Amino acid sequence: MFKIVVLVKAVPDPKRASEIKIDPRTKTLTRADVPLVMNQLDKHAMESALALKSRVGGEITAISMGPPPAAAILKECLAMGADHGVLLSDRAFGGADAYATAYTLAKGIEKVGSADLVLCGMASSDGSTEWVGSELSVFLDLPVVTGVKEIIGSSEPWWQVKAHIDNGYRELKVKLPAVLAVTRELNTPRNISFSGIIKARKKEITVWDFDALGVPESSLGLAGSPTIISDLRVSESKREVEMIEGTREEKAEMLVQKFADAGTF
Amino acid sequence: MGGSTGPVWVFAEQSDGSVLPVSLELTGQARKLADELGTSLEVIFLGDAVRENTQILFNAGADKVYLGEHPDLKFYQSERYMQIIVKLAQEHQPEIFLLGSTATGKELAPLVAAKLKTGLTAHCIDLTLDQEKRLEQIIPAYGGLISIVCPEKRPQMATIAKGVFLKPDTSEPKQGELVLLEIGNEQDQRIELLNVVYEETEGVPLESAAVVVAGGAGAKDLEGWQQIVDLADEMGAALGSTRPPVDEGWVELDRMIGQSGKMVAPELYIGVGLSGELQHMVGITGAKLMVAVNSEPKAPVFEQVDYGIVDDCREFLPVLIENIKAYKADKA
Ligand SMILES: Cc1cc2nc3c(=O)[nH]c(=O)nc-3n(C[C@H](O)[C@H](O)[C@H](O)COP(=O)(O)OP(=O)(O)OC[C@H]3O[C@@H](n4cnc5c(N)ncnc54)[C@H](O)[C@@H]3O)c2cc1C
Repeated sequence: MFKIVVLVKAVPDPKRASEIKIDPRTKTLTRADVPLVMNQLDKHAMESALALKSRVGGEITAISMGPPPAAAILKECLAMGADHGVLLSDRAFGGADAYATAYTLAKGIEKVGSADLVLCGMASSDGSTEWVGSELSVFLDLPVVTGVKEIIGSSEPWWQVKAHIDNGYRELKVKLPAVLAVTRELNTPRNISFSGIIKARKKEITVWDFDALGVPESSLGLAGSPTIISDLRVSESKREVEMIEGTREEKAEMLVQKFADAGTF
Repeated sequence: MGGSTGPVWVFAEQSDGSVLPVSLELTGQARKLADELGTSLEVIFLGDAVRENTQILFNAGADKVYLGEHPDLKFYQSERYMQIIVKLAQEHQPEIFLLGSTATGKELAPLVAAKLKTGLTAHCIDLTLDQEKRLEQIIPAYGGLISIVCPEKRPQMATIAKGVFLKPDTSEPKQGELVLLEIGNEQDQRIELLNVVYEETEGVPLESAAVVVAGGAGAKDLEGWQQIVDLADEMGAALGSTRPPVDEGWVELDRMIGQSGKMVAPELYIGVGLSGELQHMVGITGAKLMVAVNSEPKAPVFEQVDYGIVDDCREFLPVLIENIKAYKADKA
């Protein structure tokens, strides 16, 4: 059977993420109650998996690494149509940089069993490094294509894809099993149906902790992260502002004059 | 530690054989880091028949260029490029390795980093050495700046966008050592490149524009966004954006300015309906004159511009556009 793994991440709601700030005095992050949501690009990965499944058949496992509340986004994946949801959750996984995250996810994928295709969003809204798909492919010894905007799947082991480059795109053939990191152009994620929610309710999320993964603690979380944050500081603004005031018409007129003075026209 | 410090490395990306500006900028910054560390600066340059374009890398400050030429290397191919670089890195143990934050760099860097089991930092806006001579990689986050270091693993790897560092002066011819890599034919690749297609971008390109009009979430909907597009058109400006309009699908990703987007340095920047979040603002620190329009008097953007206007952009922009038209008609 064709096995698809989709990687999903619970991120602070991007609409409210700026509420998490550096406290200038303590140099730590202020704790704000920003709700977790499914990373938008991962929805495109999920959608792609569902579309492929309906074409070539198979089974979809959604995997996420995160704190216990991240289970909610796996429920969302189940409601969209995933067959299984797996949450990798343990204190030992905390504080992971992209490297340790990719490593932990790779171990999770190995435990699920031989995946034919691993799909993930190209980037997450909170970290935005774009590393995880590529790093994970190295740990799994699979080929990877990032920036995927079209997948021309088939039943053959070589699949054709289109992927972004700067100022254009490339067409590639990639041999499955492979990792594809996808972009928003790929598709439009479906809405969750009522029947999907009912079906998802009956399914359990599998939770794997440190013991379940069975890898040395030194390669996970903060301990397994090559990079660390050495300093946090507040940046000071650099310009002296002059507010332009008056009626709307006056403000527009004055602004146009400023533009003209600066030689804009 | 003991022993001498490994070299500083830069990956020189090429398009049609020419070295990309971002790679030259990184070579310039890497020169400074190498001098401070008392080590050499080495550049890796892969392509097909690109030897004549290596001189500029020496001029930019490279002590040594590793040149790999092969028809297969004309375009970036993940597996070939990764294998060549990883092998070379294992032989020469670089201390630092910098790549441009291009589509290629963003795919290649994590492949190399994972293979070498080392750390990698994205979207750096500055690179310095700390007291222990570790590479301090500075990125904006959470309304401030955070420094990231990679204490134990080597090389210390980072990707940096075009425009973060100044382009070095390359007018003076300089000497360096050219090392030709032996590149064989390779079978057993799992990815085959079929075709590369370049597309024209519509509108004024951001990178070279004299005026940039950038819109943010305050546009509220596509109709509000259209007013920002209209203002840009009326001013002959390049359209830019923050992240939310991209997420909403109002504008293409290649219009995003900031840490994970483009760095621009126009004569005039007009930010409309955006809050002044650092991740956006770091992309325009090089602007000469800056203006913001925001409905919230306390918006942080007002601490970071030269002129501020408090108003609802959806009401204000039509009036502004009319005034620009009138001014132009007057002058004509
Ligand atoms: C790792 C990472 C990388 C990122 N990289 C980038 C990047 O490269 N570029 C980028 O832009 N962002 C980036 N972001 C996102 C960034 O943190 C902010 O979320 C984003 O810049 C905010 O965009 P905004 O100012 O448009 O929206 P908001 O912060 O939501 O601000 C909207 C503003 O509009 C004003 N407003 C509302 N209504 C009106 C109205 N009617 N008229 C006038 N004003 C109005 C409000 O007062 C508010 O100030 C990144 C985030 C992360 C985590």
